[in-house]
Amino acid sequence: MVLPLRILLDKVAGKSVLCLSVLIGSLLFLIVGGLYFKSLPILESHSFWDLISKSIWKPGKEQFGFLPYILSTVYITIISLTIAVPLCILCSVYLSEYASKRVKSFVTSLVDILAGIPSVIFGIWGIIMIVPFISDTLAPAFGQEDTTGYSILAGGLVLAIMVFPIVIHIMLEVLRTVPVELREASLSLGANKWETIKKVVLRKAAPGIIAAIVLGFSRAFGETLAVLMVVGNTALIPHSIFDAGYPLPALIANNYGEMMSIPLYDSALMFASFLLLVVILIFNVAARFFMMRVERRMS
Amino acid sequence: MFWRKFEERLFNFLIRLATIIIIGCLFVIVLTIVVKGLPAMSWDMISKSPSGGFYLGKEGGVLNAIVGSLYLGIGASLFALLLSIPVVVYMNVYAPTHSKFAQYIRISLDILYGIPSIVYGAFGFLIMIYLGLKVSLLAGIVTVGLLVLPIMARTMDEVIRTIPKELTEASLSLGATKWETAMKVLLRQAFPGILTAILLGFGRAIGDAASVIFTTGFTDNVPESILQPAATLPLAIFFQLGSPIQEVVNRAYASALILTIMILVISISSRLLSRRFNKNIIK
Amino acid sequence: MQTSINEPMEKTGNASQHATLIQPLNGQSLNGVKTHISVRNLNISYGNSQILKNVSIDIPDKKITAIIGPSGCGKTTLLKTFNRLIESSDGIKIEGEVLVDGENIYGKNVEVTNMRKKMGLLSQRPMPLPMSIYDNIAYGMRIHGIRKKSILNERVTYYLKQASLWNEVKDRLHQPATKLSIGQQQRLCLARGLAVEPEIILGDEPTSALDPISSQRIEEKFVELKDQYTIVMVTHILRQARRIADYIVFMYLGEIVEHGPAHELLENPREEMTKEYVKGVIS
Repeated sequence: MVLPLRILLDKVAGKSVLCLSVLIGSLLFLIVGGLYFKSLPILESHSFWDLISKSIWKPGKEQFGFLPYILSTVYITIISLTIAVPLCILCSVYLSEYASKRVKSFVTSLVDILAGIPSVIFGIWGIIMIVPFISDTLAPAFGQEDTTGYSILAGGLVLAIMVFPIVIHIMLEVLRTVPVELREASLSLGANKWETIKKVVLRKAAPGIIAAIVLGFSRAFGETLAVLMVVGNTALIPHSIFDAGYPLPALIANNYGEMMSIPLYDSALMFASFLLLVVILIFNVAARFFMMRVERRMS
Repeated sequence: MFWRKFEERLFNFLIRLATIIIIGCLFVIVLTIVVKGLPAMSWDMISKSPSGGFYLGKEGGVLNAIVGSLYLGIGASLFALLLSIPVVVYMNVYAPTHSKFAQYIRISLDILYGIPSIVYGAFGFLIMIYLGLKVSLLAGIVTVGLLVLPIMARTMDEVIRTIPKELTEASLSLGATKWETAMKVLLRQAFPGILTAILLGFGRAIGDAASVIFTTGFTDNVPESILQPAATLPLAIFFQLGSPIQEVVNRAYASALILTIMILVISISSRLLSRRFNKNIIK
Repeated sequence: MQTSINEPMEKTGNASQHATLIQPLNGQSLNGVKTHISVRNLNISYGNSQILKNVSIDIPDKKITAIIGPSGCGKTTLLKTFNRLIESSDGIKIEGEVLVDGENIYGKNVEVTNMRKKMGLLSQRPMPLPMSIYDNIAYGMRIHGIRKKSILNERVTYYLKQASLWNEVKDRLHQPATKLSIGQQQRLCLARGLAVEPEIILGDEPTSALDPISSQRIEEKFVELKDQYTIVMVTHILRQARRIADYIVFMYLGEIVEHGPAHELLENPREEMTKEYVKGVIS
């Protein structure tokens, strides 16, 4: 039997979309594999532990100590989340439990717009407002007179704002899955609204809130340009929040130009990307785990 | 009893304050950019490319970067669209209903979405080495295209997943093939969502800087071929900002204003458009 | 998916317990009426749960057959096996045969779109395609190769009249179909189904989303159409079955409990279960 053209088209199309889907499905492995493959040279000449625990960075002498970069990244991320998490929880609670429908849709669309603003804009804003604010007002108030303002605190503050949208988005999603009946049950027992939220809603949604935080963490961890612009970029381990830092993404972005001219340098930068990627993959898996617990709890 | 009341009042206040702070940030950022950028704004900024001495404060504008960003944004969105549509069609039409593989693709796209753009930049760099490609618009388009792919594909996927299964069945039961059903019914039904997805990806592609550093390079000319390097607005802002000359820094502010306006236009028009194209849609 | 005529011998043995219920195969008469669809030893399971258990039934030609039973009894699943909408789920196992005009539609060489063309489907909620009223009707015809404008015009008019919708929509054929009321939408779906010239109309609780008056019109339409079409409908409304069905199949927990001409089954059910259902004790 000769197949009509349209049936044939359907069969060909089915096979092609499957092939493309396999390709896209393997993209993650390609990225992980590619970066790992490119970091092999440095992993062969230096031990993994040395790379992440030493703090001397002299590519010309083949000394690659990533510790200052790793610590800067971790500190900045922690600062940003310390600021962002409480604000995001409070804001999501307001939006999901108190705000009227109109206010809610207005605020969420503003948050969506915030999510769309490019990182370079956050960076430039950080330079215009945050950096002077730290050097002129905040640092002197804590007895630190001679800071430039370009510091891990500035990076953390800028990052906090960049993390808002993603965290709020997920938290709202999670809070929405808490059944209304649960709230009504608590209210009918005489608890007031805030007690209900604190003791029932937030507790029930806890794993989801953790998932939101973890995803915010992974977003903050890899953000490059905005942080690079305000963080000072000196390869020392920061000892106070007013010290400059040098996070991993900034290291990669700042040195791409020279990386082919010094032996092992390119491999070192690829290793830095690989490190970022692995940490983010771990966070993602963790977040997924927490989200699964939410789903189980709610059903 | 007093404490109970006090606590409730306190938190009533705090949640509103937090919300105001968060929205306030958006307004403060946009306002700062406008206030700083407007004085340095001129017709030259958007109509001319940098001429000699531009980085010392002389004649010129950032047309090269505006056009470069638009080329990159359009190219990357098209590239991502060409990959997303088939994947989305596979996941929602060809794959069996509870397919493990489709589920895997969804998860892997979600994870890809979380990977920072600097890592895409590094990966794009690897692709370039592998293909023997130089720093160029094409390399940028591929890299940024891969970066926006997860956003686009998952946004479309979520939209198509909300389409009732009965609609697919209605088309199939008329004797349409899966391909006809996908092209003539599902993509049509999901059209506003697809539009939103494209604009979302476009906005992201225009604004991204970290992945572009490795792959697209920078040039003072408007690129004439896809194999030439291209300037992009975020990088133009970044480079001008590093200048010790105040006029160049002011131009960075003006460039930032241009980029902000472009992003706001995209994000607001995507909202309006998706509302307009709703007429054929089953609710 | 597995299809077999004689694979599990023990199953045939099992089936013989129901031998009294199984009617003679196709071509022979069923109380003097030709059969149109015959189901033979159909088993459908999803994971560990068996949705249809050894179902065998003959659907008479040019009659209204109603499948009734409490919700979750597998009636919709059975209906969807008739045009193979059921196969597109992962993990679903189908064994047995469904013969339409004597041909097993689960056979190897069956072209599924041609087979589906023989059957129009009305779903629970009306599902107009995301296009105009006119294009909704023309969709199936265009897919099956009718391109000529004059023929399309003529047939669109004809089928809209068939579904008693013409007078209400003749002035706004190019408006989106979603602008119609729910009742009109369901008649549009009927017209759309008729336009591909099927032999069978399948209805999956086609009136459940409609108001009483619209429901009545669909019912009237069915009675009119049964001279030309074989109609099979799933319904949970016993009174609807009583009003229009010629033949009734009663299902419970994935099995056919009893089937027969409508008045017989409703007035003198043989099985205890049917009795209780008809009386309204179980529902």
